[in-house]
Amino acid sequence: MGLLSNKNKEVLVGPLSINNPIVVQMLGICSALAVTSKLEPSVVMGISVIAVVAFANVIVSLIRNTIPNRIRIIVQLVVVAALVTIVSEVLRAFAYDVSKQLSVFIGLIITNCILMGRLEAFALGNGPWESFLDGIGNGVGYALILVIVGFCRELFGSGTLLGYQVIPDAVYEMGYVNNGLMILPPMALIIIAVVIWIHRSKNQELQEEN
Amino acid sequence: MEQTLSLFVRSIFVDNMVFAYYLGMCSYLAVSRNVKTALGLGIAVTFVLTCTLPINYMLENYVLNEGALSWLGSEYAGIDLSFLSLILFIAVIASFVQLVEMVVEKYAPALYASLGIFLPLIAVNCAILGGSLFMQQRAFPNVGTATVYGFGSGIGWLLAIIGMAAIREKLSYSDIPKPLKGLGITFIITGLMGMAFMCFSGLKI
Repeated sequence: MGLLSNKNKEVLVGPLSINNPIVVQMLGICSALAVTSKLEPSVVMGISVIAVVAFANVIVSLIRNTIPNRIRIIVQLVVVAALVTIVSEVLRAFAYDVSKQLSVFIGLIITNCILMGRLEAFALGNGPWESFLDGIGNGVGYALILVIVGFCRELFGSGTLLGYQVIPDAVYEMGYVNNGLMILPPMALIIIAVVIWIHRSKNQELQEEN
Repeated sequence: MEQTLSLFVRSIFVDNMVFAYYLGMCSYLAVSRNVKTALGLGIAVTFVLTCTLPINYMLENYVLNEGALSWLGSEYAGIDLSFLSLILFIAVIASFVQLVEMVVEKYAPALYASLGIFLPLIAVNCAILGGSLFMQQRAFPNVGTATVYGFGSGIGWLLAIIGMAAIREKLSYSDIPKPLKGLGITFIITGLMGMAFMCFSGLKI
């Protein structure tokens, strides 16, 4: 079995679209919405989640045969909490401004359902390398949605991207006004709903009965 | 007293866990299919929030903060354990949820069966850890305030999930575009409910 056999490739690529953690598996929605009013925190949050989910998957997969079944949730939580603590200390040291903006949501990666969901569903039953790929795949799938939502909200809400103005002044002079509603929390939900809508009309097998 | 009341009302309507911070969305979306289950889960979440917040508040102020250990003796005054807060908070919450799970299983087996996997998952419900982290961030003056905040946030969450469940029960009779059915329309409605809740944001008591 090579490092990237067909099955492994599926594990890595599946979560990007057809099995996306946010729009299909309904995992990790909590934090996906709150940090996306600007593009930069969305990117940082995406990267943090990729790192945590990949390494948590590897660690849990390595110790999966030694964890007693009854206390596995607590063991998983401790592994994840330790990793998140590392990420939050690193961010505080190297990207203080962003870590201030993300405030409690870095800590909330612990309770991000993607982590528990992937640990329970995948890492407990598969080897470390597959689990690593699964973690990367799901992390990237998550980050992808975050970036899409962050991009739309910052572009239409503030007319900037990553803090730089992209909508030229001439357009503003013609009477264009930033859409303040985009910055407000409810719009994140509606943008995700639109993403789901588009995604499901392309992948009809995902449509629900009611 | 006035301030406590104001905090209580604010935590229900203005700083609503679901609509203002999107916490606890996963179980909110998955369990809001009918009102009865939603009510059960809402009560469980409220209970866990009300109980874990004061415990975590004590931990924060008597164990974790810099200088918080000084009640043990002056040689402990310089210790700063705040980096352990995430791990300790989640441990308190996880053990508390285990307790609630055992109680519900014993006294309300029907509810236990209908909540299924989502009961143990309260432990990873963002609303609960979120409550503790907001408590840490806002530095409440005493245990009472922290408890009131926990209770208020729980009630807010309960209100949100019941409202959503009631709307979704009616939605099954509506004609929704196929790709939007299920998850999509739920998101849009949550967004609309969130906009409605924003009207409370100027609320002053």
